[in-house]
Amino acid sequence: MATHAAHDVHHHAPSGILRWITTTNHKDIGTLYLVFSLVMFLVGGAMALVIRAELFQPGLQLVHPDFFNQMTTMHALVMIFGAVMPAFVGLANWMIPLQIGAPDMALPRMNNWSFWILPFAFLMLLSTLFMEGGGPAAGWTLYPPLSIQGGNSVAFTIFAIHLMGISSIMGAINIIATILNLRAPGMDLLKMPLFVWTWLITAFLLIAVMPVLAGAVTMLLTDKFFGTSFFNAAGGGDPVMFQHIFWFFGHPEVYIMILPAFGVISEIIPTFSRKPLFGYQAMVYATASIAFLSFIVWAHHMFTVGMPLGGELFFMYATMLIAIPTGVKVFNWVTTMWRGSLTFETPMLFAIGFVILFTIGGFSGLMLAIAPADFQYHDTYFVVAHFHYVLVTGAVFAIMAGVYYWLPKWTGHMYDERLGKWHFWLSTIFVNVLFFPQHFLGLAGMPRRIPDYNTAFADFNMISSIGGFGFGLAQLLFVYVVWKCVRGGVRATDQVWEGARGLEWTVPSPAPHHTFETPPVIDDSKLAHGDVTH
Amino acid sequence: MLILWICVAIGVVVFGAMAVAMWKFRKSRGAVPDVNFTHSTRLEALWTAIPILILVAMAAPATTTLVRMYDASDAELTVKITGYQWLWHYEYLGEGVSYPSLLDRDSNYARQLGSTLSPWEVPHYLLNVDRPLVLPVDTKIRFVLTADDVIHAWWVPAFGWKQDAIPGLINEAWTKIKTPGTYRGQCAELCGKDHGFMPIVVEAVSKEEFAAWLERQKSLPAAEQGLPIPRQALAAMARERAGRLVAAAE
Repeated sequence: MATHAAHDVHHHAPSGILRWITTTNHKDIGTLYLVFSLVMFLVGGAMALVIRAELFQPGLQLVHPDFFNQMTTMHALVMIFGAVMPAFVGLANWMIPLQIGAPDMALPRMNNWSFWILPFAFLMLLSTLFMEGGGPAAGWTLYPPLSIQGGNSVAFTIFAIHLMGISSIMGAINIIATILNLRAPGMDLLKMPLFVWTWLITAFLLIAVMPVLAGAVTMLLTDKFFGTSFFNAAGGGDPVMFQHIFWFFGHPEVYIMILPAFGVISEIIPTFSRKPLFGYQAMVYATASIAFLSFIVWAHHMFTVGMPLGGELFFMYATMLIAIPTGVKVFNWVTTMWRGSLTFETPMLFAIGFVILFTIGGFSGLMLAIAPADFQYHDTYFVVAHFHYVLVTGAVFAIMAGVYYWLPKWTGHMYDERLGKWHFWLSTIFVNVLFFPQHFLGLAGMPRRIPDYNTAFADFNMISSIGGFGFGLAQLLFVYVVWKCVRGGVRATDQVWEGARGLEWTVPSPAPHHTFETPPVIDDSKLAHGDVTH
Repeated sequence: MLILWICVAIGVVVFGAMAVAMWKFRKSRGAVPDVNFTHSTRLEALWTAIPILILVAMAAPATTTLVRMYDASDAELTVKITGYQWLWHYEYLGEGVSYPSLLDRDSNYARQLGSTLSPWEVPHYLLNVDRPLVLPVDTKIRFVLTADDVIHAWWVPAFGWKQDAIPGLINEAWTKIKTPGTYRGQCAELCGKDHGFMPIVVEAVSKEEFAAWLERQKSLPAAEQGLPIPRQALAAMARERAGRLVAAAE
C-alpha cells in the first residue's frame, strides 16, 4: 500500500484543530461523530446518575422535583439525539464507504456541516440548564400543555431539536446518496453487508420522520409564543393531536436507533462464528418489514388517551406483528452461531449480550403491545425497564460491540482484550442489576418520572441505583480501553479477525486517510455473507 | 400474565439454543464451521408461521378483554374526575356532592427537601390523601375524566387500568369493586413538579354505607364534603338510615 502512504504524506489538509473543523474526509468525520457521541453518553449518563442518586431511598435528599424532571427530560434528549444517533452516524461514516468500496461519502462538504451543527445544538440545549427557570422539564416527549408551561427553555429546546433534525436529515441524504451511487462495480444491492442495508433503510426512515418532529415542535413554538391553538382545546385545538404527530415520528425513531444495531450485530456474529450470516435475504426483508410496520404502530404509545375501540385494536394488532420480523432476526442470529466455530472476543460477547438482552426487551415489548395489559403497565417503571433493555442493552451494546470490532481497523492497534472482557462483564452484570428490578417496580405500581416514592418501593429502587452507579463507572473503563488502544498496542493485521469477511478488511490497519480511490475488484467469496445464490 | 409465561417459554427455547450453540460449537472444542449451512426455506417458514399462531392465540383473549373494558354502559353511578396541578377533584354526578382530594399533611411534610420527618414514619407515605374517593362495592361505576390545566392520568393499580385526564376532552372508564377496603394509586402522567405528589385513595364500602355516606354529604356545606368518616360511625349511619327506610315503608 505504498501508494496510500505516499498520498497521505502529500495531502494538503490543515493540521491541528483546523483539520477537524474543515475536514471533509469520511473517516475524520466518523471519528468526530463517535467522539462527540461518547462525550454526550457521559453527560447523559451523569444525568442518569443524578436521577438514580435521588431515587436511592424514599424522601427527597438531593434535588428539587422540578430539577429532577429536568434531568429525566435532558437525559433522554441527550442520550437519544446526542449519544445513540450520532454514534450510529459515526459508524456509518467510517464503515459504509469502506464496506461498499467507495472512496468517501457522496457529499463530503455536507457531511462536515451535518456534524458541526451538532455541538452547537447541544451547547444550546444544555445551556438551558443554567438559565432562569431551568431546562425543559416536561419529558422528552414534550407533551403539551405541560411542555409550553416552561420558560425560555422551550424556545431553546425547540431550536436545538430543529438543528438536530437538520443534521440528521443531511446525514441521511448523504448515506442514501453514497450507498446508491458509490458502490464499487459488482457490489450489487443484495451483496451489500447487512450494516449497509440496515443503514440504507434507517436513512429513509430519518428523512420520513424528522420533518414530522420539526413540524410538531414548531406548532408547540407558535402555541407558546404566537398565540396559536394547535394543541390548546380552549382555542379549538387538541392536545392529543400532538401525541399522534409526535409518535408518528417517535416510533420510527425507535427503529432508527435499533436497525443499525441489527446491522452491526449481523456483521459480528458471522465473523466470530466463522460462518456466513444465516438467511441473508430474510434479514434484509425483515429489516424492511420492521421499517414499514414502524409507521403504523405509533398510537401504541397512547393506549390510555381514550382512543376508540377500533383504533386500540388496530394499533394492538399492528404492534404484535412486529414480533414476527424481529423474531426472524433473532432466529437467524442464533442459527448463524449453530454449526459454527465460535470464539468469544469482546465484540462477540457484546453481540451475544445484545441478542439475549434485546430479546428480553422484546418480550416486555410484546407484553406492552397487549392494549388491555398496557392500561396497567403504561407510564410505569415496567415501561422504563422495557425501553432501557432495548436501548441500552440493545442499541448501546451494539455500538460498543461495533467499536470493539472496528477499533483495530481505525487505530491500527488491538485493544486490550482482557480489559475489554472486564468491561463487558461489568456492564452486563450491572445493567441487569440496574434495569431488571424496574420491571418489578412497575408491576408493583410505581409510576415513572416521579422523584420520590412510597417506602414499599424502597428495596428495588436501592438495588437499581447500585446497578446504575456500577454501570456508569464501568463505562469509564470503556473510555480507558479506547484511549489506550488509540495510543498504542499490538499491531493489528489487515484482516484483524480470523473470520472477518468484507471489503473493509482488505485495506490496511489503520485504514489510510484515503481508501478505494480506484474501485476494488469484488470477490464474491470474500463478502460478509458469502451467500450470493439466494 | 399468561403472556409472560408464553414469553418465558419462547425465551427458554431461544436462549437454550444459544447456550447449546455456545457450548457445542466452540472453536476451542474443535468445532469446524459448516459454511454451507446458510439458508433453509423450511426453517424460515417455520419460524415465521409459529409466531403468527402464537400471536393470534394472544390477540383473541386480548380483544375480548378490551371490548369488555370499553363497555361502560348500564353504570349505576357516575363519578367525574378532574385533574389539577396537583390534586384530584371528584364529583358524584347528579348527587350534588363534590370535593377535592390532595396529598395528606404528613406525607407533604416528610417529602420536603431536608425534612426532619422520615418517610418511614409516615403511614402510606405519598399514597394518602385528605379526602378519599368513597365508592360502593358490587356496583358498576362509570368514571368520566378530564383535567383543567395539563394532562394527568388516574391510576389505581388494583383496578387494572389507568386513563388519561386531558384538558378539553372527556374520557371514560369503569370499574366494579368486589371487596370493601382501601385502594391506593397515583397520577401516572407527568404533570409538572409535583407529579409524584398527587395520590389517589379509594375507600370502598358496602352499598348501604355508601348510600348513608352520600346522604350525609348532601347535608354538609361544600367545604366539609368528602372529609373522612370513621368506619364505625359510617356503619352506624348505615344502620340508622336503614331503620328510617323501614319506618318510612311502614
